[in-house]
Amino acid sequence: MARRAQPLSAAPGIIATVCVAVLILGALAAVFWRAETGSGLGPADWQAVRFTVVQAGLSAGVSVLLALPVARALARRRFPGRAALIALMGAPFILPVIVAVLGLLAVFGRSGWISLGLGLVGLPPLRIYGLHGVVLAHVFFNLPLATRLILQGWQEIPAERFRLAAQLGAGPAAIWRLLEWPMLRRTAPGALAVIFAICLTSFAVALTLGGGPRATTVELAIYQAFRFDFDLTRAALLSVLQIALTGAAAALALRAAMGEGFGVGLDRAIRRWDAQGWTLKLRDWLAIGLAALFLLLPLAAIAAEGAAGLFALPASVWWAALNSLLIAAGSTAILLLIALPMAVAVALMRHPGWVEGAGLLGMAVSPLVIGTGAFIVIYPLADPAALALPVTALVNALMALPFGLRILVPRARAVIGDFGRLALSLNMGRRAFVRLVLWPRMRPQIGFAAGLAAALSMGDLGVIALFADQEVATLPLQIYRLMGAYRMEAAAGAALLLLALSVLVFWLFDRGGRRHAEA
Amino acid sequence: MLRLEGVQIRSGDFTLRADWQVETGARVAVIGPSGAGKTTLLEAIAGFRDLAAGRIFWDGRDISRDAPGARPIAMLFQDGNLFPHLSVAQNAGLGLCPDLRLTPAQWGQVRQALARVGLEGLEMRRPAELSGGQQSRAALARVLLQGKPLLLLDEPFAALGPALKLEMLDLVAELAEESGATLMMISHDPADARRIADQAVLVADGEAVTPQPVSALLDTPPPALRAYLGEG
Repeated sequence: MARRAQPLSAAPGIIATVCVAVLILGALAAVFWRAETGSGLGPADWQAVRFTVVQAGLSAGVSVLLALPVARALARRRFPGRAALIALMGAPFILPVIVAVLGLLAVFGRSGWISLGLGLVGLPPLRIYGLHGVVLAHVFFNLPLATRLILQGWQEIPAERFRLAAQLGAGPAAIWRLLEWPMLRRTAPGALAVIFAICLTSFAVALTLGGGPRATTVELAIYQAFRFDFDLTRAALLSVLQIALTGAAAALALRAAMGEGFGVGLDRAIRRWDAQGWTLKLRDWLAIGLAALFLLLPLAAIAAEGAAGLFALPASVWWAALNSLLIAAGSTAILLLIALPMAVAVALMRHPGWVEGAGLLGMAVSPLVIGTGAFIVIYPLADPAALALPVTALVNALMALPFGLRILVPRARAVIGDFGRLALSLNMGRRAFVRLVLWPRMRPQIGFAAGLAAALSMGDLGVIALFADQEVATLPLQIYRLMGAYRMEAAAGAALLLLALSVLVFWLFDRGGRRHAEA
Repeated sequence: MLRLEGVQIRSGDFTLRADWQVETGARVAVIGPSGAGKTTLLEAIAGFRDLAAGRIFWDGRDISRDAPGARPIAMLFQDGNLFPHLSVAQNAGLGLCPDLRLTPAQWGQVRQALARVGLEGLEMRRPAELSGGQQSRAALARVLLQGKPLLLLDEPFAALGPALKLEMLDLVAELAEESGATLMMISHDPADARRIADQAVLVADGEAVTPQPVSALLDTPPPALRAYLGEG
């Protein structure tokens, strides 16, 4: 039996892993237990399943299809602002869904900018609610993700291949056949699977832009079973359906294993000699311009419409903002307490598969399913509304865990691999190793992970909707309530506040991690 | 005195055997083809690999089960001998106290050690702000402060130019001389071995052979070593 000397212990990470597994699997067990007594699902429930799959499939297909020309253009054009545009494509990750929805409404809604334009030439306004609205919002979020994933594939084609192709005099068509199509056959299915999986668990988008029997996702149906009928058994049955859907989709997405999408090096432009014809240039600039416009217009709309409401926000909005900040802080603290020890354990262990697997559980279950499970467990014991904030913080942390581990594990591996032996040979204790080596070497990654966790939690509209009563709200939930009361100006102002706070907490953590950090 | 008693180190299908001893104060070069297990041997002595069989003694005490930091050993690796985010003084100070809670008197010792290796005035620099040779000197200052009686070198100067490498090896020999430390160093260059070692261990064909005088080994090399060094 080989015992390797190690500068740290894997035990805290293993304990954290067990806690995560118990929490998630415990919630699932509660759901299954409660679902057993159920009488079965009605046609409306199967309609929800059908809608969920259709909208996720459409969203993934449209996102990837539109991303192809954009990624291709970004791959072969160099221009000032290219790096900024690619960075902007990472932003939807921390953009609160409700903010984006308000922005999209302002542009594409019934009384939005485009409808106003259509009205000027005598055409009827756009209708955004329903399937196409849901798909539109999902494309808004996932077109950038698909673009980044596919662009990564383009960047991974070695520069030498393009040089060789140029030397052979290969035109755009030949390059497509020789280099680009084989690459896309590898990357596009992965992008499709990831986006499909993400859209399956869509709640906030369906809540705001869908609804009604024809546009209800399973996630939304769970919420409605709670809020409208208080039918825990039906919520549990729907949760079982959702578990099957997301579990299958997550397995599919993992099989189509791929890069992480917010990876580094995307701002490197490879010198290209092909595609110099003016029609191709025009097409590329059109793709880049339209994509930028599609992403920037809704954000601009939020800024424009929100600025007016920002100075007349009701007090309830400020209280909700405070709650959101508290939840974000708690969620970030929980994430770091779980993810850091887990990352260390993965770096130390020879067979860390099950720790990594437990970390990915958050991807295979949806927030509302965990929320349902938590509700079933808590309801007989305490008032769920009283626990709304801590439960939300905890679930948000579990949802951020897969991303946190993706950021922390590679760095933890590198730090322990590079400096573990040296620390051991110096007889450095575990505490000293954490203080003198691990913390300073991992600070940028810890800051980035904390920033993501905080921003995701700030913008989350999911579990809180299950647990909250009229007394308590987070900022996204408060915005939703304002929208429901048709107080659009206050909603827009609150959305601008939420956007600013989300970006601010991300920036503070990320910046704090990088400050004075050594390369 | 370092004694390896029936030592076997296993790594996958590969086994390395060693059964010999080295007198205190000796300077031993470890020679052999790439992949023969030179680093493996040093790592086992330093405690980074478990023994499949046998025991390791220092001055009669069995150290085979001690943690690396508890052994009477300081080791310099091929790379990563300094923490890039700590200053030169902090890196050296780790040799005195691995949690860096040093008394003012100890910081004085650190300054002295840095002066001894020629780094006076560079105490507050980060490793990235030093030349390759200065980085090696900083690591040597820490070794000096560790004050361990056995020093293992796994080619820490391999990335330096030839002249700088010799300068460092001479400094190591000097420091070992001053402190009376025993030195074991992996070497790819017979000239290095002749320059500062008095004995040599040949590692080849799954065995680390009993140390012999350097000149005897290099002047009449056994077949495995001859193949490695090349004819003529």
